[in-house]
Amino acid sequence: MTQLPSQPAVGWPRKLRVLFSVHYAEMFEYRAEIALWAVATMQPLIMMGVWAQAGESGLFPFSQVEVFRYFIAVFLIRQVTIVWTIHHFEFLIVSGRLSPLLLHPIDPCIRFILLHLGEQWTRLPFAAAIIGLFMYLYPQTLTGGADGAAWWPGIGNILLAVVACHTAFLLRFFMQYALCMAAFWHERVAAMDAVLFLPYMFLSGLIIPFEAIPETFREVLLWTPFPYMVWFPATLLVHGEVPLLRGFLTMFAWATVFFILYRYLWHKGLKHYSAMGA
Amino acid sequence: MTGDIPAAALLESPTMKTVEVDSLSKTFAVADKQPGLAGTLSHFVKRKYRMIQAVKDVSFSIEPGEIVGFLGPNGAGKTTTLKMLTGLIHPTAGQVRVLGQTPFKRKPDLLRQITLVMGQKQQMIWDLPPSESLRVNAAVYGVPDNEAKRRIDELAEMLSIGDELTRPVRKLSLGERMKCELMAALLHHPRVLFLDEPTLGLDVNAQTAVRNFLREYNRQHGASILLTSHYMADITALCDRVVMIHKGGLIYDGSLAGIVDRFAPFREVKVELANDADHDTMKRYAEVESIDGRAARLLVKRDALTKTVDRLLAEQDVTDLTVTDPPIEEVIGRVFDGGSPDNPSVDSGSDIDAEPSAG
Repeated sequence: MTQLPSQPAVGWPRKLRVLFSVHYAEMFEYRAEIALWAVATMQPLIMMGVWAQAGESGLFPFSQVEVFRYFIAVFLIRQVTIVWTIHHFEFLIVSGRLSPLLLHPIDPCIRFILLHLGEQWTRLPFAAAIIGLFMYLYPQTLTGGADGAAWWPGIGNILLAVVACHTAFLLRFFMQYALCMAAFWHERVAAMDAVLFLPYMFLSGLIIPFEAIPETFREVLLWTPFPYMVWFPATLLVHGEVPLLRGFLTMFAWATVFFILYRYLWHKGLKHYSAMGA
Repeated sequence: MTGDIPAAALLESPTMKTVEVDSLSKTFAVADKQPGLAGTLSHFVKRKYRMIQAVKDVSFSIEPGEIVGFLGPNGAGKTTTLKMLTGLIHPTAGQVRVLGQTPFKRKPDLLRQITLVMGQKQQMIWDLPPSESLRVNAAVYGVPDNEAKRRIDELAEMLSIGDELTRPVRKLSLGERMKCELMAALLHHPRVLFLDEPTLGLDVNAQTAVRNFLREYNRQHGASILLTSHYMADITALCDRVVMIHKGGLIYDGSLAGIVDRFAPFREVKVELANDADHDTMKRYAEVESIDGRAARLLVKRDALTKTVDRLLAEQDVTDLTVTDPPIEEVIGRVFDGGSPDNPSVDSGSDIDAEPSAG
């Protein structure tokens, strides 16, 4: 008769590597759909045209090239910070598919994050193709035009932007995941995210450059999580001016708040979970 | 209440029961909605809730290595009980201990030792081959690569599955998917298996393969198994002991053979006459189950068996007569059709009591 040791013989690096590779393979199966989603998230490129015209008018403190670069950076940041876990979680709760995940000795949240990373890796080549096409059509974005400087934010800024980008993803993820917990009480929760999307869209810098917002309101906004989800990492990429320390501290603080809220609601929700549909 | 005992410690405590359920109850609040516009509006303004007691004061235990059948009609509370045993839902009252631990605390140490297979709920990733889901399970349960490969080969051989592991799950038949589900559920060699309808929807060959596989797994690993199934063939092939619940309450806990003694106070008499059997004539002796030409099947109360057989032999031209217990499916069906554990349809007199049996 075979008996097993109760302790796992496999460490976290391998667990995460396997989970990521499988979830990447899973998302790669949906590559055509994900390519369409990359196209469908081109609002920043559309808004770029509007704000480029506004910049030309002299009413706002940015040039056409600066607007081009900012919204290209926004488009890129958006591709790697899209979070859809609330739709997935709602499906898992309503269909009873959460139950098998709860029986695994690993928090489902870890798998959901890796699922998103798999989706991002699938999406990035398509996003890169869209950016490449834009650069081909508007080379001044890269070169700076006749009298401008080439777009090179510097290695330090690129590294900071990468960190900010991942932190922005985690911030968005935990914000939405905390909202997901409502599914333990009210199964249909995806609509709640639609409400949350409004402030995200208007206050994050996704469609309105931060510089176009009145300064007093801007100061208030900097205490909220929204500007750090898009504007902060995008501005780092275009070598703009950001409150670096305050920015990272605020991001971590909000991410921690949402993480703690999710953990609290998770424990409450599991007591309420009825494993329906099974 | 004592603290949780690490599952591994059970290896040194062979006397401890694998599963201990004590006065377990679960009540759900369900909102009732009347049909029509008025019903919709009143449901919104003043919602009425009804309390449904899905499981009522159920107690039983399972020994290490034991295979126990868990029987009950639809809605009896079987799946709810299994969900509480695996920690998916919290009980309203009572206690559950699995390998000495409280399941709903969801300690990884316990989760690595148990599994739950629900016939309709796949853990396979739908658009990838089963081999990918098996990789995930091997990683999350901490099974090293080479050991995982060995176990996959072993399980695949026991379940007669091979090429299917590299085809997308969505392209597999129901039986093939169920076999893969079993592989995924058992890859970490759990010591306690909770199986909810593991053969549901499978063809006869696949059912047999799954039964043989479970028997072999139990023999090799000494695992305890609690199995629900609507197919009595699963229960009779695998379980020496059954636990029956009805309307949330436990009505029987004992040997499979004991069900007939307890719930069927009658025996089946098959009689073959020299001439065609007549229903009205046969009815004079006992309840007629069926008549087919010269053969008749009668249900005779145990206490009247000798007298009835004597009368048949004396009054009819009998060419053959056999006395057997009625089929177990029929006995269980009659108990469940009765509508209440206190009032089964079998005319059993005082043989059935309303109190849960300790078995």
